[in-house]
Amino acid sequence: MTTPHAAPLLDIRDLRVSFPTDDGLVHAVNGMDLRLSRGETVGIVGESGSGKTVTSQALMGLLKDTSAVVTGQILLDGQDLNALTEAQMRAYRGKKIAMIFQDPLSAMHPFYPVGVQIAEAYRVHNTVTRKAAAAAAVDMLGRVGIPDPRRRYDAYPHEFSGGMRQRAMIAMALVCEPELLIADEPTTALDVTVQAQILDLLSELQAETGTAVIMVTHDLGVVAEVCHQVVVMYGGLCVERATVADLFKEPRHPYTQGLLDSMPSLTGTGERLRPIPGFPPSLLALPEGCLFADRCPHTGLVPDGACHTRRPELAGPGTHPSRCHLTRPQPAREVAR
Amino acid sequence: MTQLLEVTDLTKHFPVRSGAFRSGVGVKAVDRVSFSVDAGQTLGLVGESGCGKSTTGRMLMRLLQPTSGSIRLDGREISELRRSDLQEYRRQVQMVFQNPSSSLNPRQSVGSAIAAPLLAQRITPRGGVKAAVRDLMDRVGLRPDHYNRFPHEFSGGQKQRVGIARALALNPRLIICDEPVSALDVSVQAQVINLLEDIQRDTGVAYVFIAHDLSVVKHFAHRVAVMYLGRIMEHGETREVFDTPRHPYTQALLSAVPKADPAADRSGRIRLTGDLPSPTDPPSGCVFRSRCQLRPRLDPERAALCADSVPGGTIACHHHTTGM
Amino acid sequence: MTGFLLRRSAAMIALLLVISFVTFSLFQLGPADPAAAACGQECTPARVAEARVALGMDKPFLTQYADYMSGLLHGRMIGAPGTETLCEWPCLGKSFQTNEDVTAVLERALPYTLSVAGGAIVLWTVVGVGLGLLAALRKGRFTDKLIVGAASVGVSLPIPVTGLLLLLVFVSTLDVLPFTTNAISSPFGAAGPGAWFLNYLLPWVALAVLFSAQYIRVTRSSMLETFGEDFMRTARSKGLARRGIVLRHGARAGLTPIVTMLGLDIGLLLGGAVLTEQIFSVPGVGFTAVHAAQSGDLPVIMAITMVAAFFIIVSNVVVDAVYAVIDPRVRAA
Repeated sequence: MTTPHAAPLLDIRDLRVSFPTDDGLVHAVNGMDLRLSRGETVGIVGESGSGKTVTSQALMGLLKDTSAVVTGQILLDGQDLNALTEAQMRAYRGKKIAMIFQDPLSAMHPFYPVGVQIAEAYRVHNTVTRKAAAAAAVDMLGRVGIPDPRRRYDAYPHEFSGGMRQRAMIAMALVCEPELLIADEPTTALDVTVQAQILDLLSELQAETGTAVIMVTHDLGVVAEVCHQVVVMYGGLCVERATVADLFKEPRHPYTQGLLDSMPSLTGTGERLRPIPGFPPSLLALPEGCLFADRCPHTGLVPDGACHTRRPELAGPGTHPSRCHLTRPQPAREVAR
Repeated sequence: MTQLLEVTDLTKHFPVRSGAFRSGVGVKAVDRVSFSVDAGQTLGLVGESGCGKSTTGRMLMRLLQPTSGSIRLDGREISELRRSDLQEYRRQVQMVFQNPSSSLNPRQSVGSAIAAPLLAQRITPRGGVKAAVRDLMDRVGLRPDHYNRFPHEFSGGQKQRVGIARALALNPRLIICDEPVSALDVSVQAQVINLLEDIQRDTGVAYVFIAHDLSVVKHFAHRVAVMYLGRIMEHGETREVFDTPRHPYTQALLSAVPKADPAADRSGRIRLTGDLPSPTDPPSGCVFRSRCQLRPRLDPERAALCADSVPGGTIACHHHTTGM
Repeated sequence: MTGFLLRRSAAMIALLLVISFVTFSLFQLGPADPAAAACGQECTPARVAEARVALGMDKPFLTQYADYMSGLLHGRMIGAPGTETLCEWPCLGKSFQTNEDVTAVLERALPYTLSVAGGAIVLWTVVGVGLGLLAALRKGRFTDKLIVGAASVGVSLPIPVTGLLLLLVFVSTLDVLPFTTNAISSPFGAAGPGAWFLNYLLPWVALAVLFSAQYIRVTRSSMLETFGEDFMRTARSKGLARRGIVLRHGARAGLTPIVTMLGLDIGLLLGGAVLTEQIFSVPGVGFTAVHAAQSGDLPVIMAITMVAAFFIIVSNVVVDAVYAVIDPRVRAA
């Protein structure tokens, strides 16, 4: 699936985003690195305020023409998207990068039929007649598993069920066959049986089209189901990057370990959960040292209190780096999952 | 163990407006639901949106008047209680809501929000209210200096602690928790779950825990009732239901939960097809039959049974009762 | 959709009946004695009694109402016994002042009001929505602040002030526009559309200053709210150009509240732009209403009240219908 030596499709280098507010500068993303090959799925995991959604907005160029300050490089096929103007970026949006959102009801225009909205996405990047665009939309509706697509073309978003709406949203995103699909919590608002259908659909379509997928989610279960690689974000920083197998088998960063420990599991024995104490740092005033130091159980193992004074780099083995002063945090976690 | 709450054939119909006229067809939001909760125990009510779990919770709290059926607390019928008698009932049964932000008054300090039930029920002498509130805050892990702060100064997890303290104020015997951790981040969710567990251990309060997250319910509840389209599909000891689910819907539901283990065996997955039927026009007989994964393998006789008669019992499935 | 309109129309007719009854009752039961008002200055008790019979006020209240309504449907005879005259369909009674059919009075006044209202509506919609949209697009910049500032001044200027200022500047001082004349009531008259335009320009501006300011504010805030919607982000994610995003996606949703406001304002204004007509001496419906009130001409006041209510109710139904066309979610409900 991943061709090891080929240039990656997407290469994010030291992405930083901050927003000026009345209370001061909010440092939403403080150093994000990510590499993604064609046909691959990477998960960006984090809790609220971790910067995962802002990262995805920066990738789509949605922060252009706003007060946000975005630095770093977002290389798509070698082209730095962050250096493009809003007008230049337009050629990429929908064509090379597409996005689906958490709440498909509010993400679709309530006044236009679903099919019309998909056809519109097609016509933006293809010089075709209305009729041909409509045909492409009907075809796409069929491919995402909407029964009787010709008739459903004229239905409005509010006439669809939640699952069908998300299918239509996926159709809208994939109608121009983008190379990269950003899915921002695509199943969070859905019921679990519908979530399973949508995740299956995404995997099937990905196998068909070879689109690379960035799955932004708070749910490690979703990551385990569909991703190849994972990036864990905390306080706007990428704190750990690994293949899915490695992350669950041997989580390196204490935050990742804490996240896994605090999740109740269907197969668990009902033992007491171990939550992460405390709260994430304020993005207005980031601590000087490691952003997780205040909540970390292992700071005592690092000499000279470095955790509180020096921010660790993303380091370690190439396939599994983490941002922690302990190269191999102790104690090793027992795998009960 | 003593039975605290007993619910029998609880039903709620909502009238549906179609066009300008009220039609006779109603939505059976909850249809003949029966379960019981023992003192100090937790019952999990699980199911997907539209299954009627929240409506059930509101009826238990008497925020909604049941269409029919009975709710008994300590053997006393409460579904017909008048307004004046409800006050005593609400002293014993309290509620924690899903969204801690919207269930707290933004202009009321956290201390007075927790004090409100004490003042309303007039059981604590006025002079002792402040001390009682500080004690409650301590029990849910809030600092005394939080007393005069306002909800917007708190994180989601802290706000939910306030909601829990408010529910605890009257020493209730039963707390209805409606999706209490769904709006919270995973690490905070674990803190709140542990808190609820500690409170149960210390006070012997019983919970009806309404949630869509099966892992949380599995972890937290002693007994569980799985709902679908207003009915209970399967009902039993949590471990039994989760380890050996017998109803096809329970099996499908559990199979759909993403497993946080990339190495897990995913071969035997069950995928439900289609959408939830409209609650105004549910399938006849077994409400699950239109999506049932066993349907293609049914002989005509069994299919007719599913279409004609409503299955009952703790596992509401004709395949189970006829020994399939 | 047809069912929707039928239901709304039925409700509208029922409401009009109720309003007519309430209005009729108020005027009958009110402190003013129509007979005294009708008999004029040199009144004796005997003449009041005569007038009472002539007005049909000797009959029971409900009979009077039934007479009034039947006159509305197919005309009737009005006057003292022996001297009745025909009040033609649709009969709204006869003026106490001139003994003219009230319908004729209204027919004469309405074109003036339509002229004043029509031009003003077009003017303020274009200016208000246009500037509101522009302000929303330039949010926080100088243009936005300028427009919002102007709107704040506009909403605080009452029509008499604007009207008199306009007259002072453009008619008295600069003498570039004529004073409004009664001779021109429509663009299709002998004077032609050009003269009509110049004749009504000042009343339009006077009204439009106030209304544009309100429309600017509503348009701006509604558009800004729409710009923050998720579907706008989706439109951008498709790669649409800004123009398409704003017009096709933003304006369609953001201008919906304007439709409601506009419909109700039109309905309101057709019942008479009272202040504007007074200041510019335009003998429209509002002007007529004021004079009828001053002289106690009850049939005219009553008729104008009903006509004003009619316009407001009709415009409500039209707004609902337009809403159903714009927003598919309303159709289903």
